[in-house]
Amino acid sequence: MIVFTGVKKQYDDGFQAIKNIDLEIKEGEITVLIGPSGCGKTTTMKLINRLIQPTGGSIRIQGRDIASLNPVELRRQIGYVIQNIGLFPHMTIAKNVGVVPRLLKWDKDKVERRVDELLGLVGLDPDTYRNRYPSELSGGQQQRIGVIRALAADPDVILMDEPFSALDPISREQLQDELVRLQQELRKTIVFVTHDMDEALKIADTIVLMKDGEIVQADRPERILRYPANDFVKSFIGKKRLQSAGTELVAPELAPSVDDVMVEQPATAFPSRGLAEAVKLMERRRVDTLLIVDKNRKLQGTVSIYNVLDQYAEENKTVADVMRPVEHTVPSGTSLAIALQLMSAKQLSNLAVVGEDNRFVGLITRGSVVRHMADLYASGSNGGDAYASVIV
Amino acid sequence: MLLLSSEFLKDFDVFIRERYPDLLQATGQHLILSGVALALGVLVAVPAGMLLAHYPAKWARTGAFGVANIFQTIPSLALLALLIPLFGIGTKPAILALFLYSLMPILRNTYTGFRSVDPAILESARGMGYGAAQRLMRIQFPLAFPYIMSGIRVTTVYIISWATLATLIGAGGLGQLIVSGIGVNKEELVVAGAAAAIVLALLADGVLGGIERRVARRAHPKAASK
Ligand SMILES: Nc1ncnc2c1ncn2[C@@H]1O[C@H](COP(=O)(O)OP(=O)(O)OP(=O)(O)O)[C@@H](O)[C@H]1O
Ligand SMILES: [Mg+2]
Repeated sequence: MIVFTGVKKQYDDGFQAIKNIDLEIKEGEITVLIGPSGCGKTTTMKLINRLIQPTGGSIRIQGRDIASLNPVELRRQIGYVIQNIGLFPHMTIAKNVGVVPRLLKWDKDKVERRVDELLGLVGLDPDTYRNRYPSELSGGQQQRIGVIRALAADPDVILMDEPFSALDPISREQLQDELVRLQQELRKTIVFVTHDMDEALKIADTIVLMKDGEIVQADRPERILRYPANDFVKSFIGKKRLQSAGTELVAPELAPSVDDVMVEQPATAFPSRGLAEAVKLMERRRVDTLLIVDKNRKLQGTVSIYNVLDQYAEENKTVADVMRPVEHTVPSGTSLAIALQLMSAKQLSNLAVVGEDNRFVGLITRGSVVRHMADLYASGSNGGDAYASVIV
Repeated sequence: MLLLSSEFLKDFDVFIRERYPDLLQATGQHLILSGVALALGVLVAVPAGMLLAHYPAKWARTGAFGVANIFQTIPSLALLALLIPLFGIGTKPAILALFLYSLMPILRNTYTGFRSVDPAILESARGMGYGAAQRLMRIQFPLAFPYIMSGIRVTTVYIISWATLATLIGAGGLGQLIVSGIGVNKEELVVAGAAAAIVLALLADGVLGGIERRVARRAHPKAASK
């Protein structure tokens, strides 16, 4: 655990970058520092590995005041990824990844094994990449190296300053997924700086929202969405996310899960159905999409009216031949806020809810959300506006 | 043209056969003059450049570059003449003069090389637990190496050409052939001396370039292959 107590930082030019911070960073969690540019995120992070000395207060890691530790040794115990990665251009990938173990004087074999293991961890073949130089890697690959370099000596604490910000959206999301996956195994204490709320919501266990050198709110993402501390937090989260989280509309104890909202009997079909049957079924159920499930109700795919009409002339084809894989599903029990966020991020018109073994249990559609909200409001006090604010 | 006439070439051939030992001796002296001056220049200017880059005190930088610049701008003949009352004549004052000339280009390139290292890379090194000396030797020096090396190469070529003047204060070298050639009006001597100095400069540059490429290929694969 990392504890900030009354920490202040005034730079030499008199600028008070950090005003008075009290913060507990929990062990084994990803804590995301977020806020507008210049609010002091990087400064806060660098205070932890003593790249910056505080001008007031104290920081303790596992109960020990870091001011009493040798800064060079402290830094070797803390993984560090800076923005733009900072790989050493004159060292091979293996050398780069092995930097801290070598500084810690591990023996050569051990370093080599560790490097190969880490490369494997992020899906880079050691034989291919070991002897390359950073300039011979793609941006995403370099970022991966930056991350595993910070993991190399197995530190308990890792600091990451906007590690993915230079990437295109697709690679960024890939790396976020990888980080979350790694973290599930590794359980490190990670301090992650970003200015991207979507990134924070995706990876954070705790979000620390900063402004002008102060902490405005520090809490679980779900709670920040539901109980934003003030207008600054609201505007930072963004209106859309707040609405999909239902803050404005729903009392928290009524916070719905996907199971409350989903359509339980949506139009489904078996894979062996013909195309004409599919059209007929859509017509009868007044839908443009069918979910394809097998006999055990396991979700196989989805078929839209366009997929069917495209190949309608082929009499021997079945829906199994024209269906598309279902790319996004949510497990039963997920909060509606998260499901809606996913739908809005991915521009989904509907979202399947699955139980164990990918068994199909229901479907969230825009219509079902509106109906749910309308029901709540019909029984609530301030009626009419509900539709207007939900259907954005 | 006179130089290319066959008669001249024949005479030149005979001359080379006769004066071969003299030519060799002059070349040896020349190499020693330039080599020692250059080695001293590297030993002084590279660490000085590193220090200047490491401690960015403005007065130190202004002072060091100022002094090195002054030596650079004194005309070479004048510098040699100025050194005579102080150090007499012979090899030592000649080496001293050449050494003073070598300082500025090596100092400037070393300094520039060290300053050119991306601050983000240095920060990353600091954050991962490199000590100050480790950072200097394992990160900055290898990254600055191509700059330092190109400073040394340029200086080498200059020094070898300026060393032909060293004969004026009795230090010998290839300049001696040229000066005495002018004195006795013997073109072959002048041509032989000048040609040897040119070949020497080209060879030295080639060798240093080879070293630079070998090291650079390890350090900057992309840069070396372009
Ligand atoms: N060395 C310094 N001297 C003076 N002021 C500084 C120094 N470093 C940072 N600052 C100031 O301190 C404030 C906080 O800087 P910091 O780098 O922590 O911001 P940040 O939240 O990381 O911003 P960004 O999102 O743009 O990276 C900024 O206003 C910045 O101008
Ligand atoms: Mg920053």
